[in-house]
Amino acid sequence: MTAPLPLISLRSVGRTYRTDGIAVAAVRNVSFDIDQGEILAVMGPSGSGKSTLMNMIGLLDLPSEGAIYLEGANVADLSEDRRSTLRARSIGFVFQSYNLLARHNAIENVALPLVYCGVGNKERLSRAEQSLEAVGMLHRAHHFPRQLSGGEQQRVAIARALIASPLIILADEPTGALDSRTGAEILALFAALNQTGQTIVMITHDPSIATRCRRTIRLHDGELVSDETQIPLIPKRSVAS
Amino acid sequence: MTMLQGFQIALHALRLNPLRSFLTMLGIVIGVASIVTVFAIGSGAQLRLQEQIRSIGANVLMIMPGAVYQGGVRLKDGSKLTMTESDVQAILEQIPEIQAAAGSIAGTAQVIHEGKNWNTTINGTTTGHFMVRDWQLASGRYFSSAEEAAAGKVVILGSTVARELFAPGDDPIGAQIRIMKVPLEVVGVLDRKDPAQDDVAFVPLTTAKLRFLGSASNINRDSVAYIIAKVAADGQMAGARSEIESLLRQRHHVPAGQEDDFKVQDPAAAMEAQQGAIRTVALLLVAIASVSLLVGGISIMNVMIVSVTERTREIGIRRALGGRMRDIRLQFLCEALVLCLLGGAVGVLGGVTLSMTVARMAGWITSIDGEAIALALAFSIATGLIFGFYPAHKASKLSPIEALKTE
Repeated sequence: MTAPLPLISLRSVGRTYRTDGIAVAAVRNVSFDIDQGEILAVMGPSGSGKSTLMNMIGLLDLPSEGAIYLEGANVADLSEDRRSTLRARSIGFVFQSYNLLARHNAIENVALPLVYCGVGNKERLSRAEQSLEAVGMLHRAHHFPRQLSGGEQQRVAIARALIASPLIILADEPTGALDSRTGAEILALFAALNQTGQTIVMITHDPSIATRCRRTIRLHDGELVSDETQIPLIPKRSVAS
Repeated sequence: MTMLQGFQIALHALRLNPLRSFLTMLGIVIGVASIVTVFAIGSGAQLRLQEQIRSIGANVLMIMPGAVYQGGVRLKDGSKLTMTESDVQAILEQIPEIQAAAGSIAGTAQVIHEGKNWNTTINGTTTGHFMVRDWQLASGRYFSSAEEAAAGKVVILGSTVARELFAPGDDPIGAQIRIMKVPLEVVGVLDRKDPAQDDVAFVPLTTAKLRFLGSASNINRDSVAYIIAKVAADGQMAGARSEIESLLRQRHHVPAGQEDDFKVQDPAAAMEAQQGAIRTVALLLVAIASVSLLVGGISIMNVMIVSVTERTREIGIRRALGGRMRDIRLQFLCEALVLCLLGGAVGVLGGVTLSMTVARMAGWITSIDGEAIALALAFSIATGLIFGFYPAHKASKLSPIEALKTE
């Protein structure tokens, strides 16, 4: 009996930046696996290499040492175009600052990744509606980002990350710009998505978020210092009180 | 991403900044409008010349009086009628390449029919004149030989004169008109050629001499003011010309070394030369207009570069969400193309309007052909591709990580 292939494997991954001839290692010798259906927090203070790691897992960047495997394939072997297409189809990004296109309304923002998957206009919009519904934002479909609150913008961004049914959602400080109550709602949304089998990686420096994830990886100065799996503490419902 | 989606995104982006988009494409608008206008005016001028060449008739030579010496004094060209009817006969009989020839004398006079009158050119000539110029009748007949011999009181009207003297539907044939108190019967009306040629009334040469112009001091019974002759084939023009020259020198007893007292001209060739000059000027103007297209292209490039810088974050987001480098390139290239195509379309409309206004106000003939419009649009597409490529390429080369970090 063979164990199922992990969704993503990092093997001795390092990333060294070279500025003015000085080499700075942002990530050093990091190895771990992410399995299908996991919800995982990557923690560490600023400058610990969290974002660099996320960029590499999100195929925006390649490791300078070691290798990353997505469903068994070394991503360094893929062409730039292929990695772009995989970002559209298999990876959903959620950013701290939402990164919605200011001049497009919610539904157009949500539909955007499908433009790069070659999906036609009609189907794009109907799938965007479904996705907005899944995050409870359908009633705001034709609002522009500036007309939405931070929490609403982040929900729209999550709908956008979900639209192509990605293998994994990468969330970089998704609650960093939100007040604690709204942040909790967003975390509850992630938890609910994870209940449906969605793999989620959250990057954060907030320990209270990490405690809601089953597994926490801690980075320090670019190195992996711990990888712990805990008893799940994620509540079934929103903790809003 | 498909081309169509690229255009949709481009239109969306350009609509957000209508004033900027309009100002950006203004250079293209002006360039294309100037090219279309210059083409329209240039080809209008050529068309008009071609019409004139056609109205003169193909392969026509014109023999005019030249310089005359009187007691050592060189008089102005044409100050003395040096050509005669017997010159016409000699040319017809002795030069085989000549198919038809006719002498003419002309003046202007008032023509009167009932309550209407009109000032026009009275041309005294023979039926050969119409043969030389391939000028068909709209109705009626040419002069009979009896009328030509006996100064018959008949007249053939050019279409302008017929229109001015007769009400529409009124048949001029058989009507009596008066020229210098002489009553004449209209026997024919000529086909339309062009406005410059149609304002004329023809009478037999004998009639003109005897009844109208006979009293003029420099006219003797045999003189004609000029001769026109038709050469059988295009390739025989030069040969026929030199034969006429030597024949007339001999007949006019021009001593060797002295200037001819006549001039042989090829009016069609002269006009063709003029046509060449018009073409050159038009090309020069198009070249100048193209500079404005170039400036328009540079302004598009400039605005696109600014736009790429402003939208760095958008580019980062699109790259993170799966946009390939070529998708980003296509997006910005489409924007430049849309700007140029819209500018080109507005420019074509502007050029057509402008040339029509010029045509109406200056009374010039302008001609707008599809070729000029296609050329102008092709120019603007080329401008979009050339000047849009660098900014689009620059946008596609941005690192998504860096682009996402910009504010």
